Amino acid sequence: MIDAIFEPLSYGITLRALAEITLIGIVSGAIGCWIVLYELSYSAESLAHGLFPGLVAAALIGAPLLLGGAVGILIAAILVVVAGRMAGESPDTAIAVVITSLFGAGVLMALSPDSPAGLQGLLFGDLLGTTVTDILVAAVIGSAVLVALWLLHERLLAVGFDPGSGPALGVPVGVLNLILLGLVATTILVAVQGLGNLLVAAILVGPAAAARLLTRRVWPMMLAAGAVAVTAGVAGIYASYYLKTAAGASVVIALVLCYLLAAAAAQLRDRTAAVRH
Amino acid sequence: MDAKLSDGERHRSASPGSGLRERPGRKLIEALDLAIGYDGRPVLSEVRFEAWYGSRIGLLGPNGGGKTTLFRALLGELKPLSGSLTVEGASATVPQSDRSRLDYPVTCLDVATMGALARLRWWQRPTRGDRAKAAEALGTVGMGDRADDSFGDLSGGQRQRVLIARALTAEADLLLLDEPYTGLDSKSAKRLDRLIEELAGDGRTVMIATHDVEQAQGWDRVLCLNRTQIAFGPPDDVLDRKVLEATYGGHIVEIPGEPGHGVLPPHHHDHEDPVHRDPAHGELP
Repeated sequence: MIDAIFEPLSYGITLRALAEITLIGIVSGAIGCWIVLYELSYSAESLAHGLFPGLVAAALIGAPLLLGGAVGILIAAILVVVAGRMAGESPDTAIAVVITSLFGAGVLMALSPDSPAGLQGLLFGDLLGTTVTDILVAAVIGSAVLVALWLLHERLLAVGFDPGSGPALGVPVGVLNLILLGLVATTILVAVQGLGNLLVAAILVGPAAAARLLTRRVWPMMLAAGAVAVTAGVAGIYASYYLKTAAGASVVIALVLCYLLAAAAAQLRDRTAAVRH
Repeated sequence: MDAKLSDGERHRSASPGSGLRERPGRKLIEALDLAIGYDGRPVLSEVRFEAWYGSRIGLLGPNGGGKTTLFRALLGELKPLSGSLTVEGASATVPQSDRSRLDYPVTCLDVATMGALARLRWWQRPTRGDRAKAAEALGTVGMGDRADDSFGDLSGGQRQRVLIARALTAEADLLLLDEPYTGLDSKSAKRLDRLIEELAGDGRTVMIATHDVEQAQGWDRVLCLNRTQIAFGPPDDVLDRKVLEATYGGHIVEIPGEPGHGVLPPHHHDHEDPVHRDPAHGELP
């Protein structure tokens, strides 16, 4: 049993993957709470898909993925705004059209004959390919996101509770929403390298959604979300080691299981509370 | 937050003849030929009134009559299109409690503490002192023993008092209450009456948007709005059939046995029925 726990740790690959998923889990858990409370899940997933051509382009020309992703996410954001204005469509429609177009463009580029191997890592993540540099980058950017969240905590709390009172409280609601989206985008840039374009939304939304079912205050919700994300991440990597499954997908399955467990626990709690009354 | 919106010369006018002489305070609000609206088109115009510290002002008018627009101007969110509006102090809004998010993970103390943000620079976070002040404000509104309870677990009247505590933590001189009696049972409504009286007694000005003419008769001033200012003054002088018809567009129901004052607009709602919610109430124009 003990061996089963320590054996994977003797490999640098698994150690680095565990370090990366732990960092991603802590940051995603924290910002995921605001994504859930501000109902930004759709935006977060769209941002993740929209940066795909940026990642592919960076991989094709050999530029850092982080840079490609950042450029991709900026272009996606601008296009969403422009499409929303031009077509007179509802924001939902504009986002859907722009993001699927961008994703399609990324896939076209990725399937061209010149594309290097390993592009599927961009779609499904490459946790086991994590380098020490990746971990350092995730640590630095992740810490910056956490500090920003700590500084903005009370304002995010107040505006999420009652956006209408923002101006009276001296909080510029539009600016705060933009900053929050920027922090979400930054977190996606870091997390997408581990979990890939298609799976990254799971770690942003899943743990926070699970934590929301179990907690009634924001700080405990953040701690619980971080704990769920890290637990599922570690469990997923162990599963991938022993069951020879894809690391990113295993993490996502573990996240879904955690959410189902939380939902069951919340149901049980509410039923027992109802019985007592 | 000193919301000075005056874009014209500030005038000093003599205090009006009646009403507030028993509370000789400083002037808090002065509106001079004020017009406000959106995209350059006025929603509300010809507004002229003054308010002193420590007064209760009823704001009467139909939906779309400009009550919410006036609130937004008093909060500094809307600039005058013409004329001037001066508010010599901080203002805070108390929104309708049935519109707040009940599933949001906050305690009463968290909500009351949010008011402190109004006094802080953008990089400052509320301190322990601010939380103490918020706890004190909860005590003032009679919610001191519920500080650690979830906001969503409270009744409508209790949520309202917590939102008033938030305004007190902001150290607001002017409290803007939007349809505060909507959905309250008669006990909660009486309790809110007392609280408003106490707040005014402490020198705060409370402005209450309401459809309830009867209620407004107990306050110091009424301001009747229907796209323009219909009337302003002590309720006994102002509230007659003519004014109410101009305010509510002529659809007035007269209560038998109370000639003159017992006139109610069609929107009057039943305080005995806490479940009753009229979705049309208090909508933005």
